[in-house]
Amino acid sequence: MTDILDPPKLKVVGTRPIRPDGVDKVTGRAQYGADLVMPGMLVGRIKRSAHAHAKIVSIDTKKARALAGVKAVITAEDLPNLGSEEYEAGEGGGDLRDLSLNVMARSKVLYEGHAVAAVAATSAAVAEAALDLIEIKYEVLPHVIEVEAAMAPGAPVLHANMFTQGLPEKATKPSNIARVNKLGRGNLDEGFAEADVVMSGRYTTQGVHQGYIEPHACVASFSEDGQSTVWSSSQGQFMVRTYCSKLLDLDVADIRVIPAEIGGGFGGKTTVYLEPLALALSRQAGHPVKLVMTRDEVFRATGPTSGAVMEVKLGAKNDGTITAADIVLKYQAGAFAGSPVGAGSMTAVACYNIPNVAITGYDVVTNTPKVAAYRAPGAPIAAFAIESAIDELARKLDMDPIEIRLKNGVADGMKAVYGPTYTNIGYLETVEAIKNHPHYAAPLGPNQGRGLAVGFWFNIGGESTGAVHINDDGSATVVTANPDIGGSRASMGMMAAEVLGLPVELVRPVVGDTTAIGFSGLTGGSRTTFATGMAVTRAAEKVVEDMKRRAALTWDVPVEQVAWENGAAVCLDASKDVKPLSLKAIAGRSGRTGGPISAEVSLTAQGAGPGFAVHLCDVEIDRETGHVTIVRYTAAQDVGRAIHPSYVEGQIQGGVAQGVGWALNEEYVYDADGRMENAGFLDYRVPVASDLPMIEAIMIEVPNPRHPFGAKGVGEVPIVPPLAAVANAVRGALGVRMCDLPLSPPKIRAVIDAQAG
Amino acid sequence: MPHVVLAGSQGREFTGGASEFDVGADTVRRLILELDARYPGFGDYIDRRMAIAIDGEIHQDAYAAALQPDSEIFLIPKIGGG
Amino acid sequence: MSKLHITTTVNDDPAEFLTDPSTTLLDALRDNLGLTGAKEGCGSGDCGACSVMVDGRLVCACLVLAAEAEGRRIETIEGMAQGGTLHPLQQKFLEHAALQCGFCTPGLLVAAKALLAENPDPTETEVRYWLAGNLCRCTGYDKVVRAVIDAAAEMRQVRRAS
Repeated sequence: MTDILDPPKLKVVGTRPIRPDGVDKVTGRAQYGADLVMPGMLVGRIKRSAHAHAKIVSIDTKKARALAGVKAVITAEDLPNLGSEEYEAGEGGGDLRDLSLNVMARSKVLYEGHAVAAVAATSAAVAEAALDLIEIKYEVLPHVIEVEAAMAPGAPVLHANMFTQGLPEKATKPSNIARVNKLGRGNLDEGFAEADVVMSGRYTTQGVHQGYIEPHACVASFSEDGQSTVWSSSQGQFMVRTYCSKLLDLDVADIRVIPAEIGGGFGGKTTVYLEPLALALSRQAGHPVKLVMTRDEVFRATGPTSGAVMEVKLGAKNDGTITAADIVLKYQAGAFAGSPVGAGSMTAVACYNIPNVAITGYDVVTNTPKVAAYRAPGAPIAAFAIESAIDELARKLDMDPIEIRLKNGVADGMKAVYGPTYTNIGYLETVEAIKNHPHYAAPLGPNQGRGLAVGFWFNIGGESTGAVHINDDGSATVVTANPDIGGSRASMGMMAAEVLGLPVELVRPVVGDTTAIGFSGLTGGSRTTFATGMAVTRAAEKVVEDMKRRAALTWDVPVEQVAWENGAAVCLDASKDVKPLSLKAIAGRSGRTGGPISAEVSLTAQGAGPGFAVHLCDVEIDRETGHVTIVRYTAAQDVGRAIHPSYVEGQIQGGVAQGVGWALNEEYVYDADGRMENAGFLDYRVPVASDLPMIEAIMIEVPNPRHPFGAKGVGEVPIVPPLAAVANAVRGALGVRMCDLPLSPPKIRAVIDAQAG
Repeated sequence: MPHVVLAGSQGREFTGGASEFDVGADTVRRLILELDARYPGFGDYIDRRMAIAIDGEIHQDAYAAALQPDSEIFLIPKIGGG
Repeated sequence: MSKLHITTTVNDDPAEFLTDPSTTLLDALRDNLGLTGAKEGCGSGDCGACSVMVDGRLVCACLVLAAEAEGRRIETIEGMAQGGTLHPLQQKFLEHAALQCGFCTPGLLVAAKALLAENPDPTETEVRYWLAGNLCRCTGYDKVVRAVIDAAAEMRQVRRAS
């Protein structure tokens, strides 16, 4: 078992080699979901609801079927009518019936863009013409978008069979509130009684999209014998396989899912929208079918994350000790239950050692696309509210924002609000890193402000498989099943190379399809380097043990006399005059010593270490236009151990950029009919290169002893603080607290106008 | 005997509101079986929907994980990611 | 309506294909010529993932009709590496880890090459504004900008040396 190696002894882990899949990606060779062509392939298209809420009275596909070139037309009638059943294949639970209904509506459409039918035809033009020939009669119903409007008595009810869970008495009337959660500790009244200063605030955010540049895409081929192949860009080929089998009632063994390279996911591709439909179309047509979403469809029909309304009340003593926190979170779930309000509740004050806490979370359905996971789902939203409130509290106490974080900050041995005691965390070190950074003391110019915010995310472990095969020339192949979103393939190769003692150039990491490697959970939840890295490392260790055994056999010594150093077996028995046997030498005669050298390890990784981040942001406001410029950004994070520092920095910088967009410009805009008005990148404004400065990423390494190299998940935490870091900086620059995201120019201008008037 | 705390309100519909339990179990699987015997349906709920923090470390889907007599055990909702 | 027969040059090689009048250059490159390096991220000219050069001018291929390629010189990402050697921009992108998912990378590289052809010594601000038409959701642009500036420096040195 590899113990955590001291940094000086590591040869590969911690360095920055070029990623093995990099050349394909800079030359345009890499194949993404929409790049595959199969012989006889048809083009698929989906017909979508133009109404936010309506009963489907009838669907007539006769004319569409009759059009020359149309080979298949499907509606929900062509899919199994699933009963409600909990299932977990992505991350977090879900209901299979809800998933099925989201993939294709049955009897009711619940959001504009909801799929109602699909066609496959010999060309895009024919497919689109066929969509126009599908006749659908709707009975339009009143719709509801805003979360509090959906909670209000008399709101249009989305699901007649939804009764609020988690209430003290059983609910008797259908509601849009799917669930109420409560979390807390201590005594809130006592806590507020102890406080010298109390502040309260109301904070709102809008729905925002993960914004991956690659639209969803897949090719599916269903054979006459019932076997099928799906080529898909997703965050998990096994997840796609599971959902396709469940939604179409197919045997898992009959579905092979091949992972394409994926053009971004951020959680939005941890579910399926297209693959089951492509399979159903292919089955009917007898040909492969390619289904690719347009950008418009991505916005209208794939999960954004929740918009939310939050109320925060904090109490503190004059010395800055926070004594009480009363928090209410109301999150949009979209068309079906399952917003991330639970995670929002658990993470909201995770960085603070507050003795008296009450957090109430509402999961509320709305006539908007079913929300999908978005990087640390639920946490950035709650952090926006809490970190804004803490910032206000610090101002009321005339206290430095860093000092209030340090005074109330969590450390090993303290209990999280959601229960367990923290161990091996690096939160305070991360705060200190920002406190001691030159950015913190740098002077500010006119119309500039500085904002600090902190954030937390659990990170998860879960099921992973890793295989290491030694080739006869002494090189190694590492196989995993985790799509490579951000350089994880490189890290897998590096960890294996470290254990094997090989140069990283001799280790070839690949991502296998569902038939090529044992089961793996998906890429997401900041789990890949942790859990799949653990599996790969353990497989490499097994290979090393195997090679030691073979060396012992070759030398005719007991295996206890063999050690593995620098990629070779060395004999510890000085009396035996033998030279070290390199991996290459052992590989070359593997046939004689036991056959192929190969190991595969499947595990469920436990003990994932949480991540903490502390961000510092300087903004400058153009008072004439209301435009906010990010002039400086420093992000510190407890990363455990950076396996490939460049890709860890990349995760931090990317999370910051998404958070900045969320804070300043991104939002779903709806018209009076519940239709999205800005379903394109022109008006759904994500950060561009000229919006951002260089983002300084500081990696604090407090290793997680559960991982062979001490790694903690890093991908999600970076998006948690930026919303409040930016908002707190705007507060500094503007002199006024703004509580409603995004802080877009019209809103800033309104504040400036009010200040002038 | 391990002391188990149900953090938060999820799951309390099975226990009639109780949130703390002394459970004589030395593995997670035995804990689930014991709690299900005490509160029918609760063990199944934990199995499907909850993660278990043992002395600060979060375990999900971990029947074999060992519990010491003085282990701090929290039942928390399963955590997803993005 | 019968298809148009288009004769053009792609990455210095002659190319021809049949196309509908309404087909975009992006679709023609990807579907007719099998050059899938240019990507569709939005189809409306807002994301830059389909960036190519037409007669030395940087364009979004999704906003150009395939028919407009007639008689013109098209350069795509597939033509950037020459004879088995990566272009300095490609090499620097790898060294600086200026890509994560890689989907926007071909567009960014084509756009960056166009920048350096026009301005061999851009400032950070000039790089950022030139690349503002290429959306990246993964990197936050930091390492991309560093890679472009580093490649520019290397290309200036090579030019001085030769």
